[in-house]
Amino acid sequence: MGKVKCECGHVNPNGTVLCESCGRALTEKAKKEKLADMRYEGSARRSQTYNKTIIDKVWNFFSSVKVGIWIIVLLLVAASFGTILPQEFYIPSNVPAETYYEDVYGTFGKIYYMIGFHDLYNSVWFSALIAALGVSLVIASLDRFVPLYRALKNQRVERHESFMKKQRLFAEQKGALHDSEIERVKEELAKKRYKVRVENGALLAEKNRFTRWGPYVNHVGLIIFLFGALLRSVPGMYIDELLWIREGETLQVPGTNGAYYMKNNGFTLENYEAGEDPEVFNEAIDRVGTVAKNYQTDAVLYRDENNELPGAKPDLAKVQEDSIQVNQPMKFDNFAVYQTSFRQNEMKAMQFALTNKETGEEFGEITIDLFDQEKSYELGNGYKVELRGFYPDFDGFSESGEPISKSPLPNNPAFLFNMITPETPEGEMSFAQIQNTMEPLGETKYKMAFKNLETRDVSALTIRKDLTLPILAAGGIIFMIGVIQGSYWNHRRLWIREKDGQIYVAGHTNKNWHGLKREIGSVLDQTFIPVPEDRQKD
Amino acid sequence: MEKKKKRFYMRTAILAVLAGLVVYALYTNVTKESRGTLEAGDKAPDFVLTDLNGETHQLSDYEGKGVFLNFWGTWCEPCKKEMPHMEKLAAEYEGEVEILAVNVGESEFQVNNFAEQYGLTFPIGLDSGKEVMDTYGVDPLPTTFMIKPDGTIEQIVIGGLVQEEQVRALFERVRPSS
Repeated sequence: MGKVKCECGHVNPNGTVLCESCGRALTEKAKKEKLADMRYEGSARRSQTYNKTIIDKVWNFFSSVKVGIWIIVLLLVAASFGTILPQEFYIPSNVPAETYYEDVYGTFGKIYYMIGFHDLYNSVWFSALIAALGVSLVIASLDRFVPLYRALKNQRVERHESFMKKQRLFAEQKGALHDSEIERVKEELAKKRYKVRVENGALLAEKNRFTRWGPYVNHVGLIIFLFGALLRSVPGMYIDELLWIREGETLQVPGTNGAYYMKNNGFTLENYEAGEDPEVFNEAIDRVGTVAKNYQTDAVLYRDENNELPGAKPDLAKVQEDSIQVNQPMKFDNFAVYQTSFRQNEMKAMQFALTNKETGEEFGEITIDLFDQEKSYELGNGYKVELRGFYPDFDGFSESGEPISKSPLPNNPAFLFNMITPETPEGEMSFAQIQNTMEPLGETKYKMAFKNLETRDVSALTIRKDLTLPILAAGGIIFMIGVIQGSYWNHRRLWIREKDGQIYVAGHTNKNWHGLKREIGSVLDQTFIPVPEDRQKD
Repeated sequence: MEKKKKRFYMRTAILAVLAGLVVYALYTNVTKESRGTLEAGDKAPDFVLTDLNGETHQLSDYEGKGVFLNFWGTWCEPCKKEMPHMEKLAAEYEGEVEILAVNVGESEFQVNNFAEQYGLTFPIGLDSGKEVMDTYGVDPLPTTFMIKPDGTIEQIVIGGLVQEEQVRALFERVRPSS
């Protein structure tokens, strides 16, 4: 069971159409065909042979090119749906997706969200389709490559005349082949870089067989590429984090497990200036006002030598210093740090002067760091300001009269001061903001007059690591090698033999028949061997 | 027969490898969101923080006792509401369940001011670089981790605890059985 023995004695796998060795047609259908189907050399595509167990059925499903094409079509259609409305990743982060799509796009948006198209590319079914494509690639390739390889490896020099008669390029003629003539043809063919084998007076010339492997090499590249994409979700292979860092701050670099810290030594935004920069920018400056020239964060990278526990005081050792600009990341240890965004003029410190309301006389200034306040500020000569409360994002008073801060960010700082002077040794309370002072416990003789504001910029850096890139590159390169291998060469064969006083000549190529005809023509030109003719005119 | 068996095993093996890869890919894709976040039953990550008095507190030093690990900010209203309950029960469960309050990224002045205003006596660690908060994946404030004497997380409470009884119930859950 499972074997087909050819008249020539060669034992072929079940399902073989043309004998691997001599080329005789083995099936009734193939016997009737005028021209042999040479796509897979008439080899036994295994999937078409066995269909018994569930494993065979799954195998056969994925080995079908038709199924593969359908998966690709489905993927294309599905992927296009994801482009109709913005994906969840791109909508404003402060609104919930449940309401966003309906609010902005109406009923269509609601349905879009309900079906799950708002996060299509991360959905299980989309991933499953890609996985199915990968499986189809592997199985369909294996199912074709193995039999084709076998058939080309087992082919013998002497092919049965019935095989030769069914080739597209064919000629026959009465006569006898002389050894000298075979020798001459062999030399000519060798000059054209054919590998020539002669057995029992029959000749097989073949070249560029490797080009037949092109599609399979190409698929191996694709599979490696998909595998690389798969690795992206393996922890540690791919990191993409964002770090907001104020000027002067030193923070842990996210994604590095606390091994690295970064200090922001200053953020710079430069614009093109008319007159200073080349004239080509003048037109754009006139049109839009400002044109950015440079976004830059001067950063210092440290390694934490005391990286044992979160929260432990870091022991920082400087690693490198770099100016991070757009497209000029800082690189270290497989990481790249990119300039991504910025926020200018965040409040950093405020200055107030202790002032006599009546005379306007000032008794000294205090500077309050909005990120590190002090309990009291001495002004000398019996003048002192105590800080009783700090509300970085002041938002009115609670029912009990307590000032409320709605966030820890210094967006609208307010202070509760106790002002102590020789005149008021008990102290007077003043509630101060930038524009405004209040006297919550009764009228005061002194006030805290707002003097100055210090600001600084905040820079946003993207920390990225991608260990899958070399794999994706390798997959891409192998893919291209496969394409080139399959495209720029043709697998050409020429058979010549004599049987019972008849000379048979046949030629085959997987593409570019014209080229093969010319080549054979020039080789057989000066001989008694007939030049095979193309029997398929189109 | 031999050949047929071989083919069957070969196909099964290839399909098994492919199925394994596919399942892994789908699994990592689905769990991408929740990866790295802590859940009840996980080991509570160790950390060390300095409190307002300059003393350091390391979580692993509390092994053998229950821990009420609370992340908070002075600006957060629900935090203000649960603090008095915490203060009261800290005294009641002394030696059995300890409170570790972690202030996230605020200045010493603000935390001191707050602690004085509410008369807090339990240790408050200053997580100025938000490292401990990031390790625990805390968002929003307040969030409380109830940690058992063996160092595993019993429960994670997101949001404020309004009633004293709620806090008491949490204390009871991580109390060492003696």
